[in-house]
Amino acid sequence: MTEPTMDIIKIADQLAQSVDLMMNQRQVVNPLMIGIHTGGAWVAKMLYERLGFVEPLGTLDISFYRDDFSQIGVNPEVKPSSLPFEVEERDILLIDDVLYTGRTIRAALNEIFDYGRPGRVFLGVLIERDGRQVPVQADCVGTRVDLKANQRIKLSGPEPLELRTYTFDN
Amino acid sequence: MTELGQNIQLDTTGQLRHFLSIEGLDKELLTRIMDTAESFAGVANQPVKKVPLLRGKTIVNLFFENSTRTRATFEIAAKRLSADVLNINIETSATSKGESLLDTIRNLEAMYVDMFVIRHGDSGAPFFIAQHVAPHVSVISAGDGRHSHPTQAMLDMFTIRRHKESFESLRVAIVGDILHSRVARSQILALNTLGAAEVRVIAPRTLLPTNTEFLGVEVFHCMETGLKDVDVIIMLRLQKERMRGALLPSEHEYYSGFGLTEQRLKFAHPDAIVMHPGPINRGVEIESRVADGNASVILEQVSNGIAIRMAVMTMAMHSKSRELS
Repeated sequence: MTEPTMDIIKIADQLAQSVDLMMNQRQVVNPLMIGIHTGGAWVAKMLYERLGFVEPLGTLDISFYRDDFSQIGVNPEVKPSSLPFEVEERDILLIDDVLYTGRTIRAALNEIFDYGRPGRVFLGVLIERDGRQVPVQADCVGTRVDLKANQRIKLSGPEPLELRTYTFDN
Repeated sequence: MTELGQNIQLDTTGQLRHFLSIEGLDKELLTRIMDTAESFAGVANQPVKKVPLLRGKTIVNLFFENSTRTRATFEIAAKRLSADVLNINIETSATSKGESLLDTIRNLEAMYVDMFVIRHGDSGAPFFIAQHVAPHVSVISAGDGRHSHPTQAMLDMFTIRRHKESFESLRVAIVGDILHSRVARSQILALNTLGAAEVRVIAPRTLLPTNTEFLGVEVFHCMETGLKDVDVIIMLRLQKERMRGALLPSEHEYYSGFGLTEQRLKFAHPDAIVMHPGPINRGVEIESRVADGNASVILEQVSNGIAIRMAVMTMAMHSKSRELS
């Protein structure tokens, strides 16, 4: 059963403000933005337009770096990752739609580090919820939500972009 | 197949466990192999040509028949998946084949390997091995006797799919030594399973099996009629042993009757693609200008071979038979 959508534009604006603030506080100059397929790539595109970054936008498909190959096998529709820049010693702003267990971010970090040695990696997410299974934290957040263990929140899109909460019966 | 009619290649959930032959695999599975290969094709273009999917897995290339190129592509595919690879070349002993084959397998299994890639001169050898391996071990055939070369057929189908809209309207001609070709057998099976409109074989009578009518193909002995309006031309390698066996008078005669020249290519559809499993014999099966020409996708087949092998190895490695009960 799904519940009504949340206001994406408002949350994306909040995330953009959070990123702005963090960049000032941490003295981040000219970072590289990388969105994680699929939801994170949509969010990154929105942010990229709001913040006016100069460098090209990167996208990452983490399917080959997931930790659940033994359970679910390989996804037959992996999109190519595209990092049209050198990551060496650069500040990276990694963007995803929902931060939940943290495993996706772990996989993304592994993949980014295969491309080179970044200077710093910051994490920005549209939605942060509880349920971390690895020690990962977001630096910038659009909004926090409290959900029960049998609930999930998902971003669908690309047109229109919608956030929906799902409740599973057990 | 086992006597029970079960397909030994599939586990209890219908997932690929061994990959030995196109026989018994449905269109949905063949399509899934190609879709998975499409994902892996992108890995070759990344600066780091490696993904960690099979890290810690051990894959043994057990080649009873010599082959540098097929073994090399399996090795590259396995390494791009981060697996560890062991290459073993073995001469088969004529007197105690069955026994020593199983002993070899058992010895390797005792080293906790996860997968065997087998090329063997005897048709059926990979099936025999698959029937005797431990539940967590998968077998991939790199070609057995005259029977089957399933990864070659799949990379050919994958190549065709990348150039043509669909299989349903496709006319394909396979040219050459069909009789001795495990590649042709697998290709014909795959094309028919994927629903190709027409599958033709073009060859001299001495190089055709007598039961072609059961293979699901139309037979031609003349290039000009056989190639008319085809969308895909697959040239097979002419093995020199065939001349010694008196099946053909000479390479020159073969080329004059069945070589793919620029002239003959004109009989095909203007957008036809030219394929060859390699290695090519210039001036024997194919004119140099055609092999190097715009219609040729021969080099692309090689790259596609790596992606297909990555797909098949990954799918078999994930099989449910691995789960400890």
